[in-house]
Amino acid sequence: MDAGPHGALDLPLDETIACPQCDALYHARMPQEGGRMVCHRCHTVLIAPKRNAYLRVIALSLTIIILMVGATVFPFLGVNVMGFSNKASVLDSALAFLDGGWMISLSVFVAGFIVMIPVIRAAMVIYVLTPLVAGRGPWPGARAMFRWAEDLRPWSMAEIFIIGCAVALTKIVSLARIEFGPAFWMFAVLVVIIVLADSLMDRWTIWKALEQKS
Amino acid sequence: MESPGTEILTARERGLVACRRCAKVWPMGRDTCDRCGSALHSRDWRSLQRVWAWLVVGIICYIPANLFPMLRTTMLFNTSESTIVGGAIDLATHGNLGIAVVILVASVVIPVGKFLAIGYLALSVRRPERLRPKQRHKLYHVVEFIGRWSMIDVFVVAILSALVQLNFAASIRPGPAAITFALSVIFTMLAAISFDPRLIWDKSGSERTTR
Repeated sequence: MDAGPHGALDLPLDETIACPQCDALYHARMPQEGGRMVCHRCHTVLIAPKRNAYLRVIALSLTIIILMVGATVFPFLGVNVMGFSNKASVLDSALAFLDGGWMISLSVFVAGFIVMIPVIRAAMVIYVLTPLVAGRGPWPGARAMFRWAEDLRPWSMAEIFIIGCAVALTKIVSLARIEFGPAFWMFAVLVVIIVLADSLMDRWTIWKALEQKS
Repeated sequence: MESPGTEILTARERGLVACRRCAKVWPMGRDTCDRCGSALHSRDWRSLQRVWAWLVVGIICYIPANLFPMLRTTMLFNTSESTIVGGAIDLATHGNLGIAVVILVASVVIPVGKFLAIGYLALSVRRPERLRPKQRHKLYHVVEFIGRWSMIDVFVVAILSALVQLNFAASIRPGPAAITFALSVIFTMLAAISFDPRLIWDKSGSERTTR
């Protein structure tokens, strides 16, 4: 946590870290595992290493990919009104806009936000971290991969989709009987795992590792 | 460095340029970060143009999103259409006050609040002395964090239209407002992402030079 503003004056550039949010300079010192280095004035977390982070993130990312396959294939929700029933999968929800015309682009967005982007991010993170765990140099293109994985972060909206489900269900709960399919529970777990994986990843540690081993 | 209390030295003041992606610092004048490959800008004043551009399209898309129907519900042989606000009022009158509030907050309060907040932040960096930077940075943080949650309504429409397809008993189709609303959320997210929060912390116009 020591980040003496004066010390930052004449440190070598390699040991200096600048807050990406407010440009304040600090002496980059790796905190203890589980500890954090936080910017003094804007409170952005600068460095937050976690024990065994790479291995755990890889394991969680694999889980994300497997669960997502299950969550898109199995039935998600079902309704039953007056003897008429219908089941929908996550993919059906995304493709609900395939009516033609401009609506198709909305299907593409929704499928991207809730299915494709979380899976692509997980795959990219596995690609970046696997060689680091094995103690080797990064695979070709690892930096670009990690850059994209970070850029896609705000566009991964699985957790928003699950809240959307809650809202949609309360809208129709008085009109219809609702059945929860296996995919619903998979998706609920998936949301927790995505949040967990993101919270374990420490950007600064990973960039440093990518730099040193390349 | 005359800010009261804390003495913080910025990369810019030390003649360095910092990478906003990986936090590495380089001597001023360098234009790409060797570590992560991002473009380097000490202060990205051109980012304000992008912020305004995205914000304006975002606001433009938000207008039809409120005028056109979000949902088309067919029950037996009656078709009814509901807009965002209309749908929320329907919910409230049927006793689902809580959900009506969630919808109104996610689709009206948050988007409008975001337009105002981003506009204010983009204007405020031209005269930074008016409000303490800590508060403005907190505002930026909230806007960045909360913006994505406006997508809830689009997902609700997607789920309802996929699920409620029960022959002539009941069916729900998306209305044109679904797409303009989604675009409005996407564009305002891009506006927030384009903003360079380091501008908030600079003291008055004096530092507005180069790049």
